[in-house]
Parts: sequence; structure tokens; C-alpha cells
Amino acid sequence: MPLSSSTQAITPIAFQHRQSAHCESGVISSLLHHEGIPLSEAMVFGLSASLSFAYIPLVKINQLPLIAYRMVPRFILKGMKHQLRLPLRFETFRSSSDGRQRLDELLARGRPVGLQSSVFFLPYFPENMRFHFNAHNLIAYGREGNEYLISDPVFNSPTRCALADLQRARFVRGALAPKGLLYHLDGPVPKVDHVPLLRGAIKKNCFMMLHVPLPFVGCSGIRLLARRVLKLPAKKDLIVRMQEEIGTGGAGFRFLYAAFLQECAVLLNNPRLQELSLELTAIGDEWREFALHAARMNKGRADLDLPLLHGLLKDLAEKETVFYKKLRKAV
Amino acid sequence: MRPDEVPQENAPVLGGVRKAVYVVDQNGHYLIAQSGGDEAEVTVTEEAVAWFGRLAEDARQRALRGETSPLEYHMFRLRMDVPTLAQATGLWRWRVRRHLTPQGFAHLSPALLERYAEALGLSVAQIQSLG
Repeated sequence: MPLSSSTQAITPIAFQHRQSAHCESGVISSLLHHEGIPLSEAMVFGLSASLSFAYIPLVKINQLPLIAYRMVPRFILKGMKHQLRLPLRFETFRSSSDGRQRLDELLARGRPVGLQSSVFFLPYFPENMRFHFNAHNLIAYGREGNEYLISDPVFNSPTRCALADLQRARFVRGALAPKGLLYHLDGPVPKVDHVPLLRGAIKKNCFMMLHVPLPFVGCSGIRLLARRVLKLPAKKDLIVRMQEEIGTGGAGFRFLYAAFLQECAVLLNNPRLQELSLELTAIGDEWREFALHAARMNKGRADLDLPLLHGLLKDLAEKETVFYKKLRKAV
Repeated sequence: MRPDEVPQENAPVLGGVRKAVYVVDQNGHYLIAQSGGDEAEVTVTEEAVAWFGRLAEDARQRALRGETSPLEYHMFRLRMDVPTLAQATGLWRWRVRRHLTPQGFAHLSPALLERYAEALGLSVAQIQSLG
């Protein structure tokens, strides 16, 4: 029922908050847990085949080329919906008051609701982490007066957000504008066994990293970046800054996928996957090392050494190529 | 990354947020640990904040001398640049660039001022001053 008074409280439901490394996988994993389907964040990430690499110099964010380590926003949500045939319903709104009313209505029905929002307008984020990134995901699970009860997967405990701020964050315009997007599990969740789906999901991800015929995607994207790094002008602040800026970071997604492979090793009874999981962890550690070098050079704490960065990236491209080939054979 | 390698920079720039990271224990099992932020993350965040800070301060100085509009100052202060502001207002970039000049800004219609104020989350009076 739509609520007439905006100050009326909505009885909060018992909602178990979980912290996760990535917002989108964390949100859908939490929503599934709430429905009694205990799939971990890593499982959700792997099952939707969301690991990726893309270097898109044409798309600039704060004047820096876009570098992404996972698929586009909403890929995880859509992937999970498709894989598990979830009754996941997406709704966007033309008017912000409709968006608020619908959110209140769903909360009053006792349903946790996933929301897409801008990071910049969420006051519970620390000041220095607030940038204009419009595809952040979080869960609302109740409202008290003019404050929503929020479970944001980046934080280690639930938090609150004032109605006006949340409205602003949900209805910003611009790149990846959320248009008030909310999503929820509408109706009974079918019991789908996810174990038979794992093989296909892993293969799909290997294909994406190895064979998508675009020079800026997958392992060839890493190689392209490696070549481009060499040609960087002395303007050193052009170097990799976006990599770890807000999100999970390049290494973070590798670790997440490695955790997924480990779960697969048990579920599919395939010890080879456990070995490969550790191998991917080592690759993730190298991504961290690369980020550290780049950050230090960027800051002037180390001398600008483009051949070093080039070498690290080329090495990573090589290792990832070999890794996905082995992974494809292992399943 | 092993549990004892979890970075704990605890830099003020991260505001005390402890992000979740995946680590591998001695037995090769993955678990979630809480990171206090690693060096790369802290550096790039500081860098990004400082980048906007420099641009905002530069714009403020120029606005005081009448060489640019207060809008440019507020844009950078609120961590936007021309493409972001253009997208957030739904205007062409060349129009936004023109509106950032003192002359262009002076000729803004009330409706456009409102649109900029809305995109920046400020009031019209605020974007007209350097406050």
C-alpha cells in the first residue's frame, strides 16, 4: 500500500547484513540469503561469469581512460536472473516521487530492495571516497521516520540514509544514470541446482578473456594497455589512477574469482580447480604489485619507469592467457 | 594475499572504512578479511581528491579576478569536470564550457541556473557566489 504520510515508520524486517568485496555481487548474494538461498558473493560473481578486463581509451573518466576488471554494471544481476531463473524484477521511474512511493510500498510488504545510486550523494560514505560514480548498489530494508535503513555491502555494518539524500542519489542524471532503479525478488524463488551450471559459467568466462575478437577486451586488452603504457607522455599523472579509485580494484576481482574456483573445486570434486585457484591468487598479487608501482610513480615516490610497468603488464597478460587456457581444459 | 599481508594503512583519506578483501590462509582456504586500505588505494584516492582540490582552488582564484565564473569553482569543488557536468545537466559540452566563462554565466536564464544548481546539489544563490 502506498503510504500517505512520509514520516510514518515502516517496521524494519530482520535482515542479515553482509560485507562484501564488490557491491553488486554482495547485494544479490544478500538478497538470495534472505530468501534462504545461501550463495556466497564469490559464487554469484563466478556463476554470472563476470570477471573481465577492458581498456577503453575512448571513454574517459575524469580525463583518464577507462580500465575495468569486470563486466558492465548490472551484468551480475542479469546473469544471476538468467542462470537461476530468479523472479528478479527491475523497475525504473520517470518521477522521483513515484520511485520513493514504490520503494516504501515494497518495504512495507517486508521485502528488502536493491537500489542503484550515485556514491557522491550518499552522506554515510566518507567525504574523500565520494566521487561521481552512479552505479553503486545497496539494499534498503526499512524506514524510520525520514531515514532509510540501509545495508551497504561496502561497509561492515548496516547504516542509515536520510530520505532526501537517498532520493538525490537514486535520481542523479549523467553516465550510468540509475533512473531510480530498484530491484527485488518478486515471488517464490525456484529451486535451481547451481552445480551443473558451474562448468558452463567457467567456460564462458574463459571465452570472454581469451577469444572475444575485440583488441581492448580480455587478455588482448591487457596487452594493448601494456603497449600503450610505453607510449605515455611524460605527463605522468595519466598513469593508472582509476584502477583502484573507488571500487574493488583489479586484484580484488581476481581474488574474488579465485574464491569462486575454490568453491567449485569442492562442489565439482575437482582438485585441479583448487590448484588453479591458488594460481589466480598469485596473479592477483601481481596486479596489486603493478598498482603499487604505478601509484608510487604517479605520486613521485618512485622514478617514472615506463618499461617496468610495460614489463609487468606484458607478464600479466601472458600469465592470464596461460591461466584461462588451463582453466578451460580443467572443466 | 595471506591474512598477515592484509594492508592496514589506516590513512585518514579513507575515513575509517574497512573494506572486505579475500585472503588465503595457510591451508589454501579463502576467507574474508577487513582491509584498512593498501598503499595503492590510499595513494590514488588522495591523488584524485587533490586533483579536484587543485583545480577548484585555481578556479576560485581566477573567479576572484573575474576571469571565470563561480560555476567552474563549484564544479571542481563538487568533483565534477566538464563532461560529467554536461552529462548531469543534459547539456552539450560546448554549452557548458561557454557557461563557465563570466560572460556566458552572466547570461544564464533562471531555468538553466536552476538546472546547474540541481545537478550540483546546491541552490541557485550558492552557485552564483564563491561561498
